[in-house]
Amino acid sequence: MLRYIVRRLVQLLGVVIILSMLLFFWLRSLPGGPVNAMLGERATPEQVARFEQVLGLDQPLHIQYVRYMGRILQGEFGTSTAVLPGADAMDIFLARFPATIELTSTAVIIALLVAIPLGYFAARRHGSWLDNLSIVGSLIGIAVPVFFTAFLLKYWFAIELGWLPVSGRQDNLGCTRITKFFILDGLLTREWDCSVSALKHLILPSIALATIPFAVIFRITRASVLDVLDEDYVRTARAKGLTARIIRGRHVLRNAMLPVLTIIGLQVGSLLAGAILTESVFNFPGIGEALVTSFRGRDWGVLQILVLMAAVVFVLVNLLVDILYAVVDPRVRTR
Amino acid sequence: MTTTAYAARADTRSDAPLLSVRDLQVTFQRRGEEPFHAVDGVSFDVRPGQTVGLVGESGCGKSVTSLAIMGLLPRRGNRISGTVDFDGTDLLSLSDGQMRDRRGKDIAMVFQDPLSSLNPVVPVGIQVTEVLERHRGMNRKAAMPMAADLLKRVGIPDPDRRIKDYPHQMSGGMRQRALIAIALACAPRLLIADEPTTALDVTIQAQILALLKELVEDTGTALIMITHDLGVVAGLCDEVNVLYGGKIVERGPRHPIFRTPRHPYTNGLLGSIPRLDAAGERLTPIPGSVADNLPWDHACAFAPRCSQPIAVCTQTTPELETTGDRALRCHNPVEDPR
Repeated sequence: MLRYIVRRLVQLLGVVIILSMLLFFWLRSLPGGPVNAMLGERATPEQVARFEQVLGLDQPLHIQYVRYMGRILQGEFGTSTAVLPGADAMDIFLARFPATIELTSTAVIIALLVAIPLGYFAARRHGSWLDNLSIVGSLIGIAVPVFFTAFLLKYWFAIELGWLPVSGRQDNLGCTRITKFFILDGLLTREWDCSVSALKHLILPSIALATIPFAVIFRITRASVLDVLDEDYVRTARAKGLTARIIRGRHVLRNAMLPVLTIIGLQVGSLLAGAILTESVFNFPGIGEALVTSFRGRDWGVLQILVLMAAVVFVLVNLLVDILYAVVDPRVRTR
Repeated sequence: MTTTAYAARADTRSDAPLLSVRDLQVTFQRRGEEPFHAVDGVSFDVRPGQTVGLVGESGCGKSVTSLAIMGLLPRRGNRISGTVDFDGTDLLSLSDGQMRDRRGKDIAMVFQDPLSSLNPVVPVGIQVTEVLERHRGMNRKAAMPMAADLLKRVGIPDPDRRIKDYPHQMSGGMRQRALIAIALACAPRLLIADEPTTALDVTIQAQILALLKELVEDTGTALIMITHDLGVVAGLCDEVNVLYGGKIVERGPRHPIFRTPRHPYTNGLLGSIPRLDAAGERLTPIPGSVADNLPWDHACAFAPRCSQPIAVCTQTTPELETTGDRALRCHNPVEDPR
């Protein structure tokens, strides 16, 4: 198992190097650049040239890349030119990342809590109105773009009804920061109002974002439970006279969850994509929102770090899923 | 088993049946399809300690019969009628909860494919203890040594270690032994074995049959043996019921059935077994398949495949007629068995 994890981490390194190269050359092949973005259209050619020299942008691309990688190895990830001019790109990522983790993990938890029981009962009552209704619901979840859901939720519950905050991550309460996970910080410092405020800000964006994984997890759970219900070992469990609770938990769901686990790993990518849209709608200061700002401002330094780190997170979460899979399924462990 | 052992056992048997199936009928009713009578008026008795065989080819209704006795057929799409009297209670009239209390405790079942019949993600030990926890009210800690004991009793070596194994870490024979241990955990009075050896190697088959025979003799458990393999019947069963198209077509004690089969189907089944003592003789398979069956309503279902049909076979339904300890459903019985 350990060897397997190490091998996967080495693979991760390869992914990062290749992706960094692709990103670097691709971003620089786009028209415009940080200098244009910063100085505007009326800048004189002399100003532009001077700025490019300062930033090292007058050098050939491959030299720029080598220098860039050299700086990264020394722990310098570049300076932001648009998101937060002058700030270190890595600092921006580190400041924004906890917000996105809070958002996406809440969304996944909501999706799991609703989708798994619903998928189970839809399969048990296969062909019933509950089943059909859930399928239609999940289809809507897949079909409606997440920014539209986000906007609708924001309009109804934040603007019209005023039940929940319209934007941001927390009210300005002067909260103490420890981990930068706002809910956790509030619990650690016993500033309960800080946690509550952070939670309130999370509700609408995370529900909007949850629609993506919900639909997929529901579908997979339903199909998987349907398969497992037909398995011989479920019949054996019933022949033993076991209670419905044990048959459901130990014999049906434990087996049916294996495909669901895989799907959750693969959903991380679309969750991050969804986070970009949701964060934009709710002005939620996560990496998604930073990604949009950095792209608009041609802030290549920040953009590169954000995309690279998103890839790292994707690979790590999938590694975690694979480890979990081995924990749940003994057949994988002995392979 | 020697004849004397057989006789001795027969003496200790009480005459009141433990299980009495009367006119059991299972109809599959899928929307938009003709109802299909999978089991069509089956009646038989099982006395305490007796081993009864249900024999027939795939689709003759033998597995459906056993699932109906166990109450394991899905409610939806099935109509079940008749009575299944177990020690004075009609199992078909019990509620789901009452039936759950009996399954695994009074009546247990061993299934065909031991790999798919065991939960792949739960250690075998827990699959044994969960029955004890459920029916004996034991906690897992107390049940574990008992589970190891059970595994030992069914001949699994090193049970204390094996108890932590997952099914995929065991061999096919060992898995079937584990399934038998699960079935016997609560000392049921009736054990139903649904083709317990079909998925196993021939050498393992013999071991499993020997084990079943030994356990049944030791514990006095009655056994319903469901099989398509007459070799299994010959080695194990006191009484044999031959099923065809959802009906019993011939019944009798083991030896007479093998010596003088009366129904052409039974005769055909015996004729399709290769025999070492009759070298050079051709095997005579039964032609066709169950797909050729006539409906029982006004004919003998077996007529299209029969070796000696007469006109009446395709005109009226033969009734099951009992003479002595044998019963037969045939218009033109075999006089000169091969």
